[in-house]
Amino acid sequence: METIGLAKRFKDVEALRGLDLVIAEATVLGVLGPNGAGKTTAVRILTTLLRPDGGRAFVDGIDVVAEPHRVRARIGLTGQDAAVDERLTGRENLDYVGRLHHLGPRMSRQRAGELLDQFDLADAGDRVVKGYSGGMRRRLDIAMSLVARPSVLFLDEPTTGLDPRSRLAMWDLIADLVAEGTTTLLTTQNLEEADRLADRIAVINRGSVIAEGGPDELKQRMGGSRIEIEVRDPADADGAVEALWPLCAEGCRVRRQGRVVTLPVTDGAQLVPEVVRAMDAAGIAIDDVAMRRPTLDDVFLNLTGHRADEAQDQAPEPARP
Amino acid sequence: MLRDTWTEATRNLRVVPRSPDLMIFALVQPVMFVLLFVYVFGGSIEIPGFATYQQYLLPGIFAQTVLFGSGFTGAGVAEDMQKGLIERLRSLPMSQSAVLIGRTVSDLVRNTVTFAVMLLVGFFVGFRFEGSIPAAVAASALLLGFGYAFSWIMALIGLSVSSVETVNSAGFVWMFPITFVSSTFVDPSTFPTPLRWFADINPFTAATNASRALYNGYSPGRDLLLSIGWAIGISVVFGYLANRRFARANRT
Repeated sequence: METIGLAKRFKDVEALRGLDLVIAEATVLGVLGPNGAGKTTAVRILTTLLRPDGGRAFVDGIDVVAEPHRVRARIGLTGQDAAVDERLTGRENLDYVGRLHHLGPRMSRQRAGELLDQFDLADAGDRVVKGYSGGMRRRLDIAMSLVARPSVLFLDEPTTGLDPRSRLAMWDLIADLVAEGTTTLLTTQNLEEADRLADRIAVINRGSVIAEGGPDELKQRMGGSRIEIEVRDPADADGAVEALWPLCAEGCRVRRQGRVVTLPVTDGAQLVPEVVRAMDAAGIAIDDVAMRRPTLDDVFLNLTGHRADEAQDQAPEPARP
Repeated sequence: MLRDTWTEATRNLRVVPRSPDLMIFALVQPVMFVLLFVYVFGGSIEIPGFATYQQYLLPGIFAQTVLFGSGFTGAGVAEDMQKGLIERLRSLPMSQSAVLIGRTVSDLVRNTVTFAVMLLVGFFVGFRFEGSIPAAVAASALLLGFGYAFSWIMALIGLSVSSVETVNSAGFVWMFPITFVSSTFVDPSTFPTPLRWFADINPFTAATNASRALYNGYSPGRDLLLSIGWAIGISVVFGYLANRRFARANRT
């Protein structure tokens, strides 16, 4: 799958300006960006729902604009809302999509059964979807996009709106799919999600890619994790900064804000005990010490010099009718 | 395309028995109208050429029932839009026109069932086929075809507003005037001039008059051709508009 210079304009908003993305077969591309960065617009163009104003997009080498029908036979789409028919059972939903893929009645039934097992919905399969939890609906939704064994799976913010437990379960499920070799484009606003699931990450902002690479490579460039300690007595904060300097790699700066002292680190976990020892040696009492991973906000601050939510005001994602 | 239409239609029909309340509510309103008009107003309404008010009223009620029944199309389409199901369907390698055709066909089936129940209610309150059986069948088919045509208007509305509640209110805004300012309940010759003018050109008047004539053993005259023309015209125009709208939905 590949896009070259994709452009799309909604009235006075340029949603995409020259977006270039590539996914190698059997890998996962994480498209990471804030609301309004153009993630959904890109997915909708690639899944033939939207026509680009400029640039080209190919799925399996097929042009999405010229031959949408052939592209549709090769893709699976899970959008931001669980696109399921609530009045049908889980099994009926899967069977229905199989028939619309022209798998034939027997194959559709068989595939529905397989997917219910695979997605841990076998017990709920014959219940009407209306009674499903959010996590179950999302699983069914993904199962529905896999009915015809697509060569590219599009997951548009698959964990948005899920509670933390369902989110973790969804990550495991996506990781399993990925392990089976499903080529996947995953959009997300969550850095940790991209980090866990993607082979490569494209960070996009205002409709174009601003950074691309493997998760580790990117994290390095984005400024990695940091250790934060909270001293008990604010008067000790300066002493803590002093005590942490030796642990700082070259070019790094220890910062303090009130009682919180922050040490940027590249390979954080090993340093935590050293930090504690250093505080101990300096005789500084601490209330809290924690590893903080970079958030999407940090990434954007690093890459663009402004926070992610500022970008949102300037390029809102078009409201979906 | 036929296969996809069938898949879509069966999806919609499969759920009808699962929500019997919808079917019941679709019947409560016309049944209440029958009872109100026959027993409350009926005694004081006399229409020349009709032995009883029932003979005049019931064809009008049937027409109103199929028209209101077409509201299901709008609600169903809007619900699919709202849930994002339409997006999924548009990303499938299926016939795109099958989605709306499947929907209108399944609503036609649903409307036929409602209609059959209303016929029984009609017999119960004293309505009779005064003409031949084939004429009565033709009258019923005409009304159902008319309801099918209106399903396309509702489909277009459903695609445009994409919220079930809005569809319902948007539907009633024009359904009430169109059914009341017509020959449904009384003879429009008593209406003030502007309303009479509206009733005369109202396609609903033509359909009601044609089926009423057929049920009562009269010649429907030009109303028959006129109402068939309306039904085909509306289906073609709104079928085209709705399918175009569907293809462009969210495409902007």
